This record gives sequence, C-alpha cells and structure tokens, in this order.
Amino acid sequence: MNLRKYIKVYKKFLHTSLASELEYKTNILVDLITAILSLVGSIFLLSIFFQNNGYIGGWKFEEALIIQAIYTILNGITNTWFNPNLTEIVKHIREGTLDFVLLKPIDSQFFISLKKINPSGFLEIMLGFLLLFLCIRINQINLNLSFLTLSSITLSCSIFILYSLWFFISTTTIWFVKTWNAIEVLRSFLYIGRFPLNSFSFSLRIFFSVFIPIAFITTIPSEVFLGLSVLWKILLEVIVAALFLITSRKFWLFAIKFYSSASS
Amino acid sequence: MVQNIIDVRNLSKSFDISSKEPGLKGTIKHFFRRQTKSLKVIKDISFEIKEGEIVGFLGANGAGKTTILKMLCGLIYPSEGSILVSGYLPFRRKENFLKNITLIMGQKQQLIWDLPPIESFYLNASIYDLDKFEAKKRIKKLSEMLEIDRELFIPVRKLSLGQRMKSELLAALIHEPNILFLDEPTLGLDINAQRNLRKFLQRYNKETNATICLTSHYMKDITSLCKRVICVHEGAISYDGKLDLLLKKLSPVKEILIVCRSEEDAIKLKNFGFTVKNKIKNEITIKIENNSITSSLKTILNNFDIEDLFINEPPIDEVIGKVLIKKNYDI
Repeated sequence: MNLRKYIKVYKKFLHTSLASELEYKTNILVDLITAILSLVGSIFLLSIFFQNNGYIGGWKFEEALIIQAIYTILNGITNTWFNPNLTEIVKHIREGTLDFVLLKPIDSQFFISLKKINPSGFLEIMLGFLLLFLCIRINQINLNLSFLTLSSITLSCSIFILYSLWFFISTTTIWFVKTWNAIEVLRSFLYIGRFPLNSFSFSLRIFFSVFIPIAFITTIPSEVFLGLSVLWKILLEVIVAALFLITSRKFWLFAIKFYSSASS
Repeated sequence: MVQNIIDVRNLSKSFDISSKEPGLKGTIKHFFRRQTKSLKVIKDISFEIKEGEIVGFLGANGAGKTTILKMLCGLIYPSEGSILVSGYLPFRRKENFLKNITLIMGQKQQLIWDLPPIESFYLNASIYDLDKFEAKKRIKKLSEMLEIDRELFIPVRKLSLGQRMKSELLAALIHEPNILFLDEPTLGLDINAQRNLRKFLQRYNKETNATICLTSHYMKDITSLCKRVICVHEGAISYDGKLDLLLKKLSPVKEILIVCRSEEDAIKLKNFGFTVKNKIKNEITIKIENNSITSSLKTILNNFDIEDLFINEPPIDEVIGKVLIKKNYDI
C-alpha cells in the first residue's frame, strides 16, 4: 500500500467534505446546538439516577461521569466519521454508485469509510475530552505515562470495535439492501454504554459483553481512567478489537463478490 | 497488426431473482417465504474487440448490454466463461487494470453534488496518483476539448444536465484510460449536447486510440460513432459485425419520391414497371433496390420530365428495431 498516496487522498477527502458541509451553515449550527443540548441532557439524566443513591453498581456519580465523557467522545467520532460514511454505503448499494468506488485504484473499504466527515461531530469530541479532563481533576487521577498509554490503547480499541460493528451492519446491505433499522438498533444499544456495566443484571452484563460488546467500548476505558482495570481485561479488549477489525475486513472482501450493482 | 484488447469466451451470467405475486396475500407470502430462481441473463457469448475500436452494444431494455459492460469492467463476477481485458481478469480489479479503464453511466454520477466539478477532478487525480501539475494540465486540455472551462467553478447542483455529463466525462477521463465503457452516456441530453458529446468521443478516440464500448438507445450515437455493433437479444449475441452491412441487409431498398412536371408523366411512370408505394397527383413514390439505384435513376431521368426527386433512407430506428426483436442475424 502506497501510504503517501493514501495520506494525500485523505487530505482531499477532508477538504472536499468540509467544503461540502460548510455550504450549509444553518445545518452545522443546528448540529452544534444539538450536540451541546444532548450532552447537558445526558449529564442531567445521569444525575437523576444518582440523586437518591450515592452509588450505582459500585460507581460514584463523579466516576460515572467518565463513562459519559468516553461515550460523548465515541458518539462524536460516530457522528463525525461513521454515521456520514457508513450510512452512505446503503445509498451506494441501493443506487448502484458503489460501481464508481469499486472501479477506483484505491482500497474500497478505505474509500467508503473515510470519504465524508461531519464537522459538527468535532464539537462533541471536544466536549467529551473537556468533560474527561474535568473528571480527571475531580477524581484526582494521576496523569503518568503508563496511564496515558493504557487509556489511549483502550480508547483506540473502543473506536475500532465501534467502527467494525457499524461497518459489519452496513456491509450486509449488499444482500439485504435496506439495513437502516439494524443501524438504529445498534445506536440504541450504544446509549446503554453511558452507564456502568455493573449497574445491569448479570444476564444483561453477559449480553453486552459477549454479543454486543458495549462493555468493551466504554466501561473498560473508564476503569483504566479510575485505575480499576486489570491487565487481562485490557488484553481482552485489544484481542476483541483486533478480531472485530479483521472480521469486518474479511467480511467486506467476501461481500463485494456478491455485489450485483443496481440495474440501469 | 492490431491486437485484441478484449477477449470474451463462452461468457454466461446468472442472477438469483425473486418474484412476487400482486396483492396483500402475495406480499405476506413474499415476506415469509421468498421464492427465488436462478435466471441466466447472459448466455454463452464470445467476441473480441481490437485496440482503438468503437463498438456499439445494441439491444432492447433488459437484453443484457449493461451486464456485459459491467462484467467487462470487473464490477460483476461472471458465472461461466472467461474474460480478458487488456491482459487482466477484470473481476480481480488489479490497480494497473483499474488505471487503464473507466466506466461512464448516463444515469449515475460520481461528482460531488454541492461542490464545483474541479474539486471532484482533483480528488480523482489524487486517487489516480497524479501530481498537481499533471492534473492541472489534463484538466485544462480536457475542459477545452469539452468546452466547459467556465463550468468548472460552478457547484454541480447548479449545472445543466449537459454540463454535468461533460463534467462526468472529464472526471472519468482524468487518468487517460485506454478503454472506455460508456453506458448510455447521452441519456436525457438535448440534441446539441448529444452531438457535442459524440464529437468529443470521436476526437478522444482519434487522438488517444482508446477502445470504446458503448451502449445507447439513441441510434444517432451508434451510427456516428460505431463501425461495428454487437446486437444482444435475451442475453445472447444475435449479430456481431459491421453496422453498414447490417443496415444494407435489413433495408435492401430505398424509397424515391419523384415530382413529375405533369400528372400524365406520373401515370406513365406508374405503369413503367417500378414498385410503386403511392401516387398523389404529380408526385409518385417508388421503391428501388440499393444495387440498382444508379441505373434506375438514369432510366427515369432519360424518359420522363422530372421537376424534382428525393431519396429517402428508411429511419434507422425502425431498421435497428427489427434487430432487437430477432434472435439471429446471419449476414
């Protein structure tokens, strides 16, 4: 793979996508306001849960806020990259414009995963990091090298798992054509990631760890931030992320063999 | 000797297609127990195309023209048979193969809707690994050929269909491909835009010796661009050869409208032995075989007092229409 070419193409993706989005100023403004209101609403909801009870699943409100911060960062990444690109796959397949992607001398997964960005998602990412730094101060977390390394690894793994889940569902469009509902179901499950895993019953914990790995996406990185995580959990998250990423790649390469292109 | 750039042998393609009965009952049945059957849309076809050739694929809707084109460019996997395009197996979509070809579809677009076309051109240039200087040079050259210099900086959504199609062509040709697959490129364009596009394709073929495979329902596209046509009927090739030979075979006679100076001459002409289509006062329309036109006209001009005459070619759409509904044409 020619890395220089891919960096050059990605710069072009960024430029054209930003230019396209900035054509509609009001839309961006509405998206920015929605991101702020959504975060305020989520924190308010979380505070209601903790109002009568100081602890939920062994987590204090200040600690649970870290999960909210990580969720906000991941949701921002979803809104910036995954949502605009991976929902576009459905459009590409329904309208047959995936033809143009497949006939370009560039990796098709790279193209359809990164071509678009939604700049308003950036604010959500920034708000998430802001909340995270606030939580670090409130919870008096010591920022050292091992902490920063582990938190970066787990956060990256969360991004990879989330991407793979989105990509996997979007790829099934090649057979089922319409998969909007499955994506909405995934989004609903991700909302659950705003709460500590321990606050759910045992059976739900198993479900959210094994079948839809929400636990890996938010809870494990949060535990790293609080110094509660154990090494095997971090290793497990790395393995799960690698497995998801490889599977999504293999699945895409398998699926495009079945692409029949829309009739003209 | 000109080499074959496309070689297709015993190619077939089948699709699994589901059918649904009408009404609520049919919908429920279709939802719970979808019945699919394998439909062979391309049936054992073979042909070769030489470098620099322009070949028109003719056929009724659903005959299989687009499926053939999509298999040639590597979008669809063939079910049986073999395809070699420029020495590559298309469905493997190797980088060097993709840099050699392009697909243009009249009803689908790749340009970024909200931005001026120039942005899409530079994006494509980076995908094809062209440096900025080279991209600029090619954009300048192609935009001059296509006469769209000013439109490069206007958002695509504000361009007319003709301007958009020209921009689509530029986006698809920026990497200077050797093989062009064009699926109804003039669809929906007005007469002038169609003519300009045809002129451009002719010039591009002449200057670059690019091979062009074209499907179109506009016969003017076919007659002005293609010397050779491949007619497809229900997934099989019904004719593969020169277009003029096909036309001669299908319309062996020409109609000649003769305006005589007097009605008496018209009556005499009517009884002279030609096949008469109709006669109105001093005007008479006769049918003459293509190979005897010169001698017949000589006889008429020598024996009758003629005011004017018109030779009518049969409408090409009508002639080609005959091909599209027949299974086989041996010339």
